[in-house]
Amino acid sequence: MKPRTLYDKLWDAHVVHVEPDGTALLYIDRHLVHEVTSPQAFDGLRLAGRQPWRTTSVLAVPDHNVPTTDRDRGIADPVSRLQVETLDANCKEFRLTEFRMDDPRQGIVHVIGPEQGFTQPGMTLVCGDSHTSTHGAFGALAFGIGTSEVEHVLATQCLWQKKSKTMLVKVEGELGRGVTAKDIVLAIIGRIGTAGGTGYAIEFGGSAIRALSMEGRMTVCNMAIEAGARAGMVAVDEKTVAYLRGRPGAPVGAMWDQAADYWRTMVTDPGAQFDAVVELDAAAIMPQVTWGTSPEMVVPVSGRVPDPAEAPSAVKQGDWERALQYMGLAAHTPINEIGVDKVFIGSCTNSRIEDLREAAAVAQWGLQHGRKVAANVRLAMVVPGSGLVKAQAEAEGLDRVFREAGFEWRDPGCSMCLAMNADRLEPGERCASTSNRNFEGRQGQGGRTHLVSPAMAAAAAMFGHFVDVRSLS
Amino acid sequence: MKPFTQHTGLVAPLDRANVDTDAIIPKQFLKSIKRAGFGPNAFDEWRYLDRGEPGQDCSTRPLNPDFVLNQPRYQGASILLARENFGCGSSREHAPWALEDFGFRAIIAPSFADIFYNNCFKNGLLPIVLPAETVDRLFRETAAAEGYRLAVDLAAQTVTTPAGESFAFQVDAERKHRLMNGLDDIGITLTHVDTIRAYEDRRRRETPWLFQ
Repeated sequence: MKPRTLYDKLWDAHVVHVEPDGTALLYIDRHLVHEVTSPQAFDGLRLAGRQPWRTTSVLAVPDHNVPTTDRDRGIADPVSRLQVETLDANCKEFRLTEFRMDDPRQGIVHVIGPEQGFTQPGMTLVCGDSHTSTHGAFGALAFGIGTSEVEHVLATQCLWQKKSKTMLVKVEGELGRGVTAKDIVLAIIGRIGTAGGTGYAIEFGGSAIRALSMEGRMTVCNMAIEAGARAGMVAVDEKTVAYLRGRPGAPVGAMWDQAADYWRTMVTDPGAQFDAVVELDAAAIMPQVTWGTSPEMVVPVSGRVPDPAEAPSAVKQGDWERALQYMGLAAHTPINEIGVDKVFIGSCTNSRIEDLREAAAVAQWGLQHGRKVAANVRLAMVVPGSGLVKAQAEAEGLDRVFREAGFEWRDPGCSMCLAMNADRLEPGERCASTSNRNFEGRQGQGGRTHLVSPAMAAAAAMFGHFVDVRSLS
Repeated sequence: MKPFTQHTGLVAPLDRANVDTDAIIPKQFLKSIKRAGFGPNAFDEWRYLDRGEPGQDCSTRPLNPDFVLNQPRYQGASILLARENFGCGSSREHAPWALEDFGFRAIIAPSFADIFYNNCFKNGLLPIVLPAETVDRLFRETAAAEGYRLAVDLAAQTVTTPAGESFAFQVDAERKHRLMNGLDDIGITLTHVDTIRAYEDRRRRETPWLFQ
């Protein structure tokens, strides 16, 4: 048999039917649902008198609109509240499993899927959310879909898809101290651009990816979409299998062994061909900071804001000029001289336990060196990815470190990654953020976002401006 | 879904790359549980000078005179001319809903983000990929001639300029067929129910843990 890539295997295993032009009907194993992109899909089902095809394939959770403080008082904004109540009502009507806002397991949809063992290798998994690529860290084919497709999967358990091209992004070598999965993926986006992966499914490989924890791999796959790829993935290894053991959704007994054997086949065969290969040297990757309004506008923390006059094309020059104007930055400004007004540690990119440990370690360093959140920082907030991450962090005492250092310790949700709840930037405010998008207005109208790793965000909080986390010792 | 066969309309140029779906329809409007009514908030942060909130009467809000879609010469535009990677970012289908509700029927760009491209076809909106040089030229021609209109023919897969010059574009046969006929994907899929059931039965035997 011809050697196949991981993506080929996932694709082949899920094709139900193929049209003459190659458009395939693909079977979907798992479907995550949140409150923002589902109401119209449920309306569509009702209008057509249809029922969900397989209710056990669905897990729903409200995350985008939920408040991160005073949750026992409910949602203050009536429009947000209606959207969450609509999800509750739809899940009840269609008999779907939902972790409601007051459930201890509630959290960001891309954090709870893996945490519950709902996400497993070899699966197809979709969600009406572009960051569904996160789940590819488990050797699954996971991608974001629109609301029409949410309805389509609910009604038929399938989706119409064209096969993507394949890209291998190979990161070889050892990361330097203080350099994280977030820096790897920002460096990749800086290299290939936000459209570099368009039309591709990306497999991340190489010794630096294999060395990452499952949390780190999720961070990398999460931002595949920021490189333009709907799906990112990492081959299964023993870390993947070990992560799943004992999770609520994982199989047990003889079925566990059968499943684990199957999961271990979810790797690219030796000799399989990719349509494109990109290679990065892990040792050369430095902590990254974005300076503009697209994730590809990124430089190492030791760098400077670039000069639009040096942009590679006329279109890019215009984009860079607009970005600098929006960001209130001058060309050639050293990154470590840029001050911040707010710090956000959270989001489906960086709100897992390992992320919080990395940020807390920096906060702890600050406390040991007589530093707390800097006076010019109006708000530094930590928003765990789920209720279970929060509980774990509290069991480890991380919350006490954060609080003592001057951070706010919040309840789980998407929060200021996209500011659909009350957590947002005011016009002109500058934020060091561990989220995934620095688009104009993303964190609040007029807000200015710099994407960084959790350790870099915590360091920016302690100093009031960006600093190279590697300089803390 | 509204079928798309041919359309001739006024062209509006949006001359920036990487226009993301947060820009096309900002997050506060995604709180709606309806599918219609997003047009007045399309490009909200670029289009208006005040802060947009759900439920506002947009007809009384101060317009940003510098935003291209507010210029008198582009009123009534139904074809959007854009740059590379249009529609990147969030998967929100509210973006094509907003563009369609605004009055656009087709978008021409050198490239589109995958999810957005796919979402357009579910909503009767045709995304057309033309080479960057051709798009460049269309930008110049649009700027040079007020009232510049293009004719889009999906059956022939062409975009034709007022001077009669035609540019061919590619589209998947299946997508084209469904859009031209306004076909409902779910309806088509449900004609394959037996095949789906057979697949499911086989997978249930081979990978039973997936069906627990």
